[in-house]
Amino acid sequence: MPITGRAWVFGDKVDTDVILPGKYLVLSDEGELGKHALEGFDPGFVTKVQPGDIIVGGRYFGCGSSREQAPVALKGVGIAAVVAETFARIFYRNALNIGLPALECRARHLFQDGDPVSLNLETGEIRNLRTGQMAQAKPIPPFMMDIIAAGGLMNKIRVSLPKG
Amino acid sequence: MAMTLSEKILARAAGRAEVSPGEIVEVPVDVAMIHEGTGPLALKSFRSLGLEKVWDPSKVVVILDHYAPSPSEAAAENQKMLRDFAKEQGIAAFYDIDQGICHQVLPEKGHALPGQILVGTDSHTCTAGALGVFATGIGSTEMAGVFATGRIWFKVPESLKLVYRGSIPPYITPMDIILATMKRLTSEGGNYKALEFAGPVVEAMTVGQRMTLCNMAIEMGGKVGMVAPDAVTLAYLRDRAKEPFQALAPDADATYEETIEFDISRLVPQVACPHSVDNVRDIGEVEGTTIHQAFLGTCTNGRLEDLRLGAAVVKGKKIPPSVRMIVIPASREVFLGALKEGLVQTFVEAGAIVANPNCGPCCGNHQGILAPGEVCLSTANRNFSGRMGRGAQLYLASPQVVAASAVAGRIVHPARLWQAG
Ligand code: SF4
Repeated sequence: MPITGRAWVFGDKVDTDVILPGKYLVLSDEGELGKHALEGFDPGFVTKVQPGDIIVGGRYFGCGSSREQAPVALKGVGIAAVVAETFARIFYRNALNIGLPALECRARHLFQDGDPVSLNLETGEIRNLRTGQMAQAKPIPPFMMDIIAAGGLMNKIRVSLPKG
Repeated sequence: MAMTLSEKILARAAGRAEVSPGEIVEVPVDVAMIHEGTGPLALKSFRSLGLEKVWDPSKVVVILDHYAPSPSEAAAENQKMLRDFAKEQGIAAFYDIDQGICHQVLPEKGHALPGQILVGTDSHTCTAGALGVFATGIGSTEMAGVFATGRIWFKVPESLKLVYRGSIPPYITPMDIILATMKRLTSEGGNYKALEFAGPVVEAMTVGQRMTLCNMAIEMGGKVGMVAPDAVTLAYLRDRAKEPFQALAPDADATYEETIEFDISRLVPQVACPHSVDNVRDIGEVEGTTIHQAFLGTCTNGRLEDLRLGAAVVKGKKIPPSVRMIVIPASREVFLGALKEGLVQTFVEAGAIVANPNCGPCCGNHQGILAPGEVCLSTANRNFSGRMGRGAQLYLASPQVVAASAVAGRIVHPARLWQAG
């Protein structure tokens, strides 16, 4: 099932302090964290973003801290997926674990802020619906796909736990 | 098949004769660490599973270090949550706000042993790799999974071998060596990879100095940064290890994705400039930059070795009123050592502020957050925009450079401070 949304285009090395400044680590509620998403980049970002929007980034997205609050904040503000040329390792794991789809793909050059994006998690197909241009993401590894399909790691573990 | 250090450890953990890069292995976890910055989220996820008990409380370590003592009600609540959790779960390895930074406390208290798999909800968990531990940072939800099952999956990483040779020039510390490495590899040069630090220069280092190298592995994207255990490691652990361990070593003919050699004989002090850790320059290029704050501490350079270097520089000197110098020992053990050696007295007499062991201002929580436009020279591992206050400029350097610059009021080569008298 394809996800569609508006693109937010970012450069290389968007780090976790930019995505969620450390002073908000005291928070753990998704909605509360969402109020500070990308505050280090633009304090007004949260007023411009709409639920369902998609981030299209460059190399090494999410580098820095292991703070899961970073992808949670993006999810909290309504970001539906993150596409980036490459991800920092921990951010990638965290995003998929909390059910925020993350796709590795060189697609940034095809998009401007606000372009309508369509992406298909199963096939890895990413499309700019304004220009018709398309890019192909690396497939998400199968066991990671299982986690997404379950709706995150906690759901996956929940069903595997012995009952009672 | 010959294996690198991380391959050896993963194979041992997975109960396999061998593993190779790219394979996914599921392994039992030997040590699982949380702190109050990211731990509460892990507990929230864990509770959502409806479980009462962690898989094995003797393998869990809980540390309060990120903002100690608590600067706000929210922080206090988080600390209380972890305190209560440790009690309720019967976790013996609980360290309250008096003990220091998790990455320093884990090795000191014998929780990081060669050959083990150690995970923590903090990216600098790789610091423990200095003892030959496969130690890596994970997210909070992933930790909830570990608490529930005691297991975690890893893709076996490709290994990079970083070999350091040459004689150590004056004023050169492990921080300069790792910053020079950052410059060469860039901040993404080790993404997903295992970094093995080796060679005569590393062999001659103390465990504390090796920790500075391994701490920065994540700044290159590394999954782990490790030094093969040797006599230095075993001596460090003699009175600390409370259980037996297997000091696994890499095979001499192991296959590395790449081996990079560094000759450090001509290295000059290195400084990482705003706002990226790999924006590293020779000190000559940034000398003269005015600073408002000098910070000596953190899990990167807050050990006794580092405080000694800093104290030797400021001894008998006065820090000018234009600079606030903040010194924070990485742990209580370090603090006690510094007191015993008179280092605290030296710092305070020079005009520095010495605070209790904890992360301090490193990730922007308290004890020295900057105003927009201010410049801080710090011994920490990250200088991302906004990390220590929005609009502040962060430079990173060795304890010696930080101390010398504190006295000079601007970034300066320590050698020049002596010349200036
Ligand atoms: S000292 Fe800084 S880098 Fe180290 S654990 Fe604390 S906040 Fe993280």
